[in-house]
Amino acid sequence: MAADVANVRIPARGTGHDLRAIKVVLHREMLRFLSDRTRMLSMLIQPVLWLFVMGTGLGTLVSGSIPGVDFRTFMYPGMISMTVIMTAMFSAGSIVWDREFGFLREMLVAPVSRGAIVVGKCLGGAVVACGQGLIILAMAGLVGVPYSPGLMLTLLGEMFLAAFTITAFGVTLAARMRNMQTFFGLMQMAIMPMMFLSGAMFPLANLPSWLHVLTTVNPLTYAVDPMRQAVFAHLDIPPQVNAVLNPGVEWFGWQVPVGVELGLVALVGAALLGIAVAQFKRAD
Amino acid sequence: MRDFAPGSVHPALQRLEDEGLPVGEERGGGRAYRLTERGRAHLSERAQPCSGDPQIHLHDSGGGRMSAVTVKGLKKTYGKVEAVKGVDFEVRPGEVFGFLGPNGAGKTTTISMLCTLVNPTGGSASVAGHDVVRERDEVRRNIGLVFQDPTLDGYLTAEQNLRFHAELYGVPKQLVADRIRQVMEMVALWDRKDAKVMTFSGGMKRRLEIARGLLHSPRVLFLDEPTVGLDPQTRSAIWGYINKLRHKEDITIFMTTHYMDEAEYCDRIAIIDHGEIVVIDSPEALKASVGKDRVQIHTGDDALAIVALRDRFGIEAAVHEGAVTFAVASGEEFVPRLFAELGLSIKSVSVSRPSLDDVFMSYTGSTIRDAESGSGNEWMKAMARR
Repeated sequence: MAADVANVRIPARGTGHDLRAIKVVLHREMLRFLSDRTRMLSMLIQPVLWLFVMGTGLGTLVSGSIPGVDFRTFMYPGMISMTVIMTAMFSAGSIVWDREFGFLREMLVAPVSRGAIVVGKCLGGAVVACGQGLIILAMAGLVGVPYSPGLMLTLLGEMFLAAFTITAFGVTLAARMRNMQTFFGLMQMAIMPMMFLSGAMFPLANLPSWLHVLTTVNPLTYAVDPMRQAVFAHLDIPPQVNAVLNPGVEWFGWQVPVGVELGLVALVGAALLGIAVAQFKRAD
Repeated sequence: MRDFAPGSVHPALQRLEDEGLPVGEERGGGRAYRLTERGRAHLSERAQPCSGDPQIHLHDSGGGRMSAVTVKGLKKTYGKVEAVKGVDFEVRPGEVFGFLGPNGAGKTTTISMLCTLVNPTGGSASVAGHDVVRERDEVRRNIGLVFQDPTLDGYLTAEQNLRFHAELYGVPKQLVADRIRQVMEMVALWDRKDAKVMTFSGGMKRRLEIARGLLHSPRVLFLDEPTVGLDPQTRSAIWGYINKLRHKEDITIFMTTHYMDEAEYCDRIAIIDHGEIVVIDSPEALKASVGKDRVQIHTGDDALAIVALRDRFGIEAAVHEGAVTFAVASGEEFVPRLFAELGLSIKSVSVSRPSLDDVFMSYTGSTIRDAESGSGNEWMKAMARR
């Protein structure tokens, strides 16, 4: 019997406590993900289908216009982002689940800052998404992308950033939602167009101007482009093909550097995080 | 704690009478003591601690200690619906305080406001000396909460669930393992610590939640319908743990229930109906204030029986739970007269000492089951009027 510890005294709240809270929310997110094998599998099947079925089918059609490059190689960075985005969105959706099944209340009556809960959630979403992304990274060789450590690390970092921002977006959406159906409905509505317009599925060069404008204002474009730049930097491709498949993003004729793109994604992520925290601070 | 013989006048009432406030009247042979409407209003006004008459409490734990929960004019409206209509009460340190009322009376809303989950529309409340709006964090550190529906993670083990809670509450690391073991042993779940919670029965989950609510040694433990949906055996086991807990830990328990028999375990109960507190006192005092036995009879014609009771005995009866129900001072002595003088055939009769059901009925005008099944109640009333 451990009878001598009858009264625990909780110390006043501080940074240490908030860090512990972030860690526990993150840890829980990971355990939940690992316990749900079905979800893990379904999140993987989608990009694999796109990559190897759609990619192969479309590849035969377009192979004439992009000599020397497998279309699947082009799709590869897009599919990484797609996997990461979907996984991150599902992680964010778990907040609605937590609300429905009460665990959110358990977190909300705890003496921790709302910020710690939201940051923990977003980090959780990012880590889980990177875990899922790692499996896609492992398939690099199958589509002719070299396993260079530098490339892999760069992609991992970019994945993390994209996933964090997307989770923050999802949490902002989910903050006030009461049921899963509404959330996933809204998520489909928001994510699908953003995905289509991000360059994940088709190259953004030579598009009609209205479509070009849409792709430029789409924040996801700036998450997908750095990954493609990184992959293409490690490929040996004729410049005219590179110009078609990997045009980058231009603002009024100015080629936006990767650093700015990443900074933009981080900025959007931070802003969304702030909104999400503010939403959780408001009690009913 | 003092006991009162059924039928005697409650000292609180007596005191009011002595002060010259007529709160009751003698009826039916001397021992029946019926509260008049005015008397009832006086009593409920007096019985509320906030109205400031400390002598009226039957067992005042007093001594100047800070109250565990203080609520003043607390109000919550959702749109046009007034869920809680300005309640006042005080919970003393170390007591088990119960909120008794039908579903939808405002119990959960009140608890949510006290636990900082819902912002009050008006009034104020403090828990463990901290304001629930301005000092949320302080309140949160000092309370434990067991929700009406389980909030455990099924895919985690019992111990993991508690460990996460300890982290979330910032329990000092060197104490976590010992404290987890201690609370799990208290609810007899230590041998199941490595089992996933999804394999637990409803009663086990509730026990684990109580353990979790205690993990950080809260000063006030809130239990929202702690035994709802559990079988009677598990319910009494849960009460066993709660009683054990009172003796082991220095804790105040605030609970809600709509089970009368559970309210008996409380030191004091507040009866809440339609968002308002009707009366607050100890179960004994409340029962004594009713002071009468309850008689229920089944007859061939209930409506006729009600008329006959009024004409021959001057007793107001009504149909509750399918039987003609009324209160008399001394049930056993009344029954022979009833058979002799009613002039109707009686199929069955039951006499019971005043219970909390009677208290509830006397203060709210309906039984708690009637109050919960609104339409059935109307139907029964219609039947009774015919």
